[in-house]
Amino acid sequence: MSAPRLRATPLPGIGVQYDLVTREHRHLSVVAHRDGTRTVNVYRADDPDSCAHSLHLTAPEAGALIDALQPSHHSNSLLSTTDLGLVAERIEVGATSRWNGRVLGDTRMRTETGASVVAVLRRAGAIPSPAPDFRLAGGDTLIVIGTREGVDAAAAILGRE
Amino acid sequence: MHSAVLLIEFGSILLGLGLLGRVAGRLGFSPIPLYLLAGLAFGEGGLLPLGASEEFVAIGAEIGVILLLLMLGLEYTASDLVTNLKAHYPAGLVDFALNALPGAAAALLLGWGPVAAVVLAGVTWISSSGVIAKVLGELGRIGNRETPVILSVLVLEDLAMAVYLPIVTALVAGVSLAAGSVTLAIALGAAGLVLFAAVRYGRVISRFVSSDDPEKLLLVVLGLTILVAGIAQQLQVSAAVGAFLVGIALSGEVAEGAHTLLSPLRDLFAAVFFVFFGLHTDPASIPPVLLPALALAVVTAVTKIATGYWAARRAGISVKGRWRTGGALVARGEFSIVIAGLAVTAGIEPSLGPLATAYVLILVILGPVTARYTEPLAMRWTRRSKGTPEPVRREEDARAEAPVGD
Repeated sequence: MSAPRLRATPLPGIGVQYDLVTREHRHLSVVAHRDGTRTVNVYRADDPDSCAHSLHLTAPEAGALIDALQPSHHSNSLLSTTDLGLVAERIEVGATSRWNGRVLGDTRMRTETGASVVAVLRRAGAIPSPAPDFRLAGGDTLIVIGTREGVDAAAAILGRE
Repeated sequence: MHSAVLLIEFGSILLGLGLLGRVAGRLGFSPIPLYLLAGLAFGEGGLLPLGASEEFVAIGAEIGVILLLLMLGLEYTASDLVTNLKAHYPAGLVDFALNALPGAAAALLLGWGPVAAVVLAGVTWISSSGVIAKVLGELGRIGNRETPVILSVLVLEDLAMAVYLPIVTALVAGVSLAAGSVTLAIALGAAGLVLFAAVRYGRVISRFVSSDDPEKLLLVVLGLTILVAGIAQQLQVSAAVGAFLVGIALSGEVAEGAHTLLSPLRDLFAAVFFVFFGLHTDPASIPPVLLPALALAVVTAVTKIATGYWAARRAGISVKGRWRTGGALVARGEFSIVIAGLAVTAGIEPSLGPLATAYVLILVILGPVTARYTEPLAMRWTRRSKGTPEPVRREEDARAEAPVGD
């Protein structure tokens, strides 16, 4: 099957329109506005020149829609997954988290979930292999590796307030 | 003392415009007619004549025109213009013939002489890109297949302004034929040069203007534009065209940055410009020209619909889309007032200002209505005359049945 072809039409003063005809002969287009917003259009069957539905999306909404359209990436916090059953995920420590200002050991994360924190990303850079006396702060992003269940449990612990 | 009065007057004008704009927003139509009406109310012979801030408002109005045209130029890249000109010039010619000539004919019928005829031709010719873009967005038609046709007609009109405005400027200044053709040659040469430079060296010009600091970008773009506009004015080419050309020459990131920074300024000064135009029109002079304005509005609404229908058919759009194209193009607005403003400040034909005001008031309100209803009405009418029933689903129904979990 050949790759579907997107036809681009410039809309002077507005942006660019990308048209797609699906295998089922349905027309669909996306207008990329110059301010970064998007309009998704589906055309009417009885009047193929006009839109049956026209949805205007902000840039973050369009981003969320793209995520949903890419089935291989369920969430943008997921780093990778292997056939061995281990996943690596980014989990953020919120400003209101109970761990804000406490040391990593207090979370008892490895004991309770089997997942380990392999690095902490902070604005200044990455801290690899943080020790149990590492002091967490709101806004830190932890890279957690473990089983699916372990990482989910770790996320639940880190989400406590 | 004087400055206190000025501040009070100018402040109340702006506050009044803001409140009017809010009313217009709630009712869902363009604020332009309300600004014009506000100008009528504040001006000579109005309810509340202003004194101290006249001069200040006049300068604000001039900056308003410059910013309107600069922003218009920023919307397009030079290659947009060139491609459009190559692909759609027949539509542009039909647009000119069908819509400019009725205006000229009306002026001659009213016995106003050739200069006023050229001015009125411009007033009836140029559609309002601002109103139309807004209406297309509101009706959810940005993605429609006829939309590129509508936009290309607008682009051609805007490009035509770069040639037309210097002609009008020269004519209303009363220069001789020889001096007029020199002016025109300068204008055409400048426009050509800028288009060429923008296509070739747009990146270099943009890099020169570019700055990461919004404050510096704002000052450089605004300064450059007003300077070029002033020089263009000095050469009798029309300040507006100078500003338009600056907008064309800027591209890419700079154009986008400038667009975001200048939009609020444009809105402010454009509003002042509409008030200024209203200020200079005596409300008492409108009733006598109301009938001609109405007749002209009806005729040129029909000719615009015909223009759109023709242009869309040429682009291979189906019948419904052709009617939608025509209906969308009817609105006249800011540029009709810009053109009329040139004639009013030069003191050509006293009835021209009131006629243009009434004409724009009618069409800026009628435009969104024709955009919405031309197609359903035309389809109902043609169906009845042909007797072929065809289910027409209204756009509102389509929108109502669009829940997320569909």
